[in-house]
Amino acid sequence: MASVADKEYAVQMRGIKKYFGSFCALNGVQLDVEKGTIHALLGENGAGKSTLMNILYGLYQADEGEILINGRPENIKNPATAIKLGIGMVHQHFMLVEPFTVTQNIMLGMEKTRFGGVIDEASIRKDVLELSERYGLIVDPDAKIEDISVGMQQRVEILKALYRGAEILILDEPTAVLTPQEIGELIEIMRKLASDGKTVIIITHKLGEIKKSADYCTIIRRGVYIDTVRVEEVDETSLASMMVGREVKLTVTKEKADPGEVILEIDGLTVADSRGIDRVKDLSLQVRRGEIVGIAGIDGNGQQELVEAIMNMVPAKSGTITVKGREIQNRTPAQTLAAGVSTIPEDRHKHGLVLDFSVAENFVIENFRQAPYSSHGILDHKAIKEHAAQLIEKFDVRPAGCELNPARGLSGGNQQKLIIAREVDNDPDILIAVQPTRGLDVGAIEYVHKALINVRDQGKAVLLISLELDEVMDVSDRIAVIYDGTIVDSFDAEGADENHIGLMMAGGKRK
Amino acid sequence: MKQIEKALRRPITGILISIVMGFIVGAVVLTIAGYSPLAAYREMILGVFSKPKYMVQVIIRATPLIFTGLSISFAFKTGMFNIGAEGQAIMGMVTAAVVGYCIELPPVIHFIAVALAAIVVAGLWGALVGVLKAKFGIHEVISGIMLNWIALYFNNFMISMPWLKKPEAEASYEVLESSWLVVLNSWKTSDAGREWLLDGTHPVLSDVLIRTDLNYGIFLAIAAAALVWFLLTRTTKGYEMRAVGSGADVARFAGINVNKNLILSLAIAGALAGLAGAVVITGTMPHRISVLTAQPGYGFDGISVALMANTSPFGVIASALLFAGLQYGGSSIQAELGAPSEIINIVIGTIIFFIAMSGAFRMLADYLEKRRGRSDGK
Repeated sequence: MASVADKEYAVQMRGIKKYFGSFCALNGVQLDVEKGTIHALLGENGAGKSTLMNILYGLYQADEGEILINGRPENIKNPATAIKLGIGMVHQHFMLVEPFTVTQNIMLGMEKTRFGGVIDEASIRKDVLELSERYGLIVDPDAKIEDISVGMQQRVEILKALYRGAEILILDEPTAVLTPQEIGELIEIMRKLASDGKTVIIITHKLGEIKKSADYCTIIRRGVYIDTVRVEEVDETSLASMMVGREVKLTVTKEKADPGEVILEIDGLTVADSRGIDRVKDLSLQVRRGEIVGIAGIDGNGQQELVEAIMNMVPAKSGTITVKGREIQNRTPAQTLAAGVSTIPEDRHKHGLVLDFSVAENFVIENFRQAPYSSHGILDHKAIKEHAAQLIEKFDVRPAGCELNPARGLSGGNQQKLIIAREVDNDPDILIAVQPTRGLDVGAIEYVHKALINVRDQGKAVLLISLELDEVMDVSDRIAVIYDGTIVDSFDAEGADENHIGLMMAGGKRK
Repeated sequence: MKQIEKALRRPITGILISIVMGFIVGAVVLTIAGYSPLAAYREMILGVFSKPKYMVQVIIRATPLIFTGLSISFAFKTGMFNIGAEGQAIMGMVTAAVVGYCIELPPVIHFIAVALAAIVVAGLWGALVGVLKAKFGIHEVISGIMLNWIALYFNNFMISMPWLKKPEAEASYEVLESSWLVVLNSWKTSDAGREWLLDGTHPVLSDVLIRTDLNYGIFLAIAAAALVWFLLTRTTKGYEMRAVGSGADVARFAGINVNKNLILSLAIAGALAGLAGAVVITGTMPHRISVLTAQPGYGFDGISVALMANTSPFGVIASALLFAGLQYGGSSIQAELGAPSEIINIVIGTIIFFIAMSGAFRMLADYLEKRRGRSDGK
């Protein structure tokens, strides 16, 4: 490591202040990023991480403060200036043209031409291949964006930034959309970039990844600079408490499970996707009252189809799904609900909430036909609002008194709380939680895990499906590993071996 | 400052600004064309407000537009663009013409029969769009436009039927008077009524009753607006349909039958547009359908009306009156000044244009807030 004297900074931001209206998003934040390092920017949702990076990339202007790039003060008015200064940014939501190929997306806006106007795609393709080999960013330059995985699309975004000459690369929540494997590969890529002298800044709230990938970590909390630490000198717990501002329990504490009778029984279930390919294959699974069964697996091994079949969003090809002794396969979603199954869906926006509806309206989306929310087909808005007010208080949905606000206006964590409150309040016999902590910060994750355990302790069955192995191992009483559409093994969570699970998730071993 | 920002965020502000902008652009065009905008707008206002008769004419013109505007607003609220309102209105007209002419029933009951028949036929016409969308995934705009033309030629086909076609006319027989929706129709044409009206002591009433087709349609239209509002905001069905409109996947996940609601909401939208047709035939001269060479435009004008109302059911009443007022008043600037009445279409077009970009007003509010925030913050 370089000594203090010859430390070279790629980015220095000093006393950055930013207001949105009267709201102070950043209050004198500083950030010093050494050249050739991976620097994590850690903070809860809404702490101001993205705002700070958007200022660096010229999307916002700071109201106060100065920015130095490679030691020189710069005025970054817009992204074009940022790109000229060698700053590249990969946003959480990719900005790619779906029907275009990888090469076409990368060259977009800076096409090389021959004979005064003819695009020289072949030579650009060569440049792309060269770049991708150099940093292990393996992509097919001729594939269309719509045909490649999210992880590949992210590589295209990184290549795009590199092709534009980025020396400083900002990655906004880069792992939120990736599978565990892809996360590992991304960390490799970041390492290669750093060892080649490039500077990488990642915005994240996942502590594990910071420990695995970053050299330094700057923590901000509610727009205020907290500290910059060397990652190897701190542990995850202290990072978490710096981020949240209080002690956070990263491990879940729960009583030993006391399982009762079988609530959900799946037997020999096979489900095909829209193209007719079997995604769930002869899958059998039992969930008992008073236990949490966690399904561990890599994304795309049939988890989505399994949930959709239970919810009756897609038909089951063969096999049975039994809830409390009654078969529910190949009925309607309404009948699944009526059978006592509640689901916290993976995609909050697509399946969980009507974003334009008020919070109160969203609370009754499954039971608006019942008293007291309606009688004889006429809604009782007063009862609906009171119901919402109760749940908002009970489940601490913020801001308080948001009954009539549109659900769109809530933060991700509070939207999730809304859904959890609604599904738990349904008083189901079995609660299915799919990726319930996706995109949430540590404080909210703790909340969700507690809520799941509470449901279990009330004598209900819980089926947890998550791509985060840590989560499955921490929360579950029993773990079932899914691979290629079938459960390859299941065992007690206590004393389960992470390496063993990881191996089975990758299809390494069958029962 | 804060009040301005707040006001800018309200939809009504955007609509009012858009209306003012429409008139400003209209004024510019009038000036360029060599007419005094002040004189033109004065004529327009006089053309609407100078006599009760004129105001009644505006109301009569607005009535079918309220129905089609409601049809399109309703579909918008449930997540669909019912461009097929045009054809649904035609189906309503054809149905009204047939039931009004072929069946003999006592007054009032006859109109109710006509209206119900129009609701059923146009409702099914709308439901057809919904079925095509639900079962085959055909976008409602595509099938709606196609069905508009099918409705138009169906209208022309029906007029070729000897039992309906009036000899020597490119039109059907008039519907029976028992089905008319015209105010005091039998009395005002009776001898006693004529004598009373024409004796010169009731100039306003005689003007309105004899020289216009004043009809009860406007009351039906207002009732329909109230019904649509109630259905959408106060009933579980309305809740379902709005949920399907704003988030079909969420609705399905929550156990709501999406396809059934798509079909139902287009059926209701169709029924509303069909009532526009029924009111036109029973309420206004010539009380018959004629061979169409182009779409009559009730549905298309309904789109403008719905947009100007920001799809609010009660807003539709106001915006249909404004729309009809602009068109009716616009005709008098041609009569009085010789200025082309097409100017009015420019005004209407500009209003719609600005409403369509009403997001700009919210952006302005954001900008003002940002500026204020910065100065407050320091």
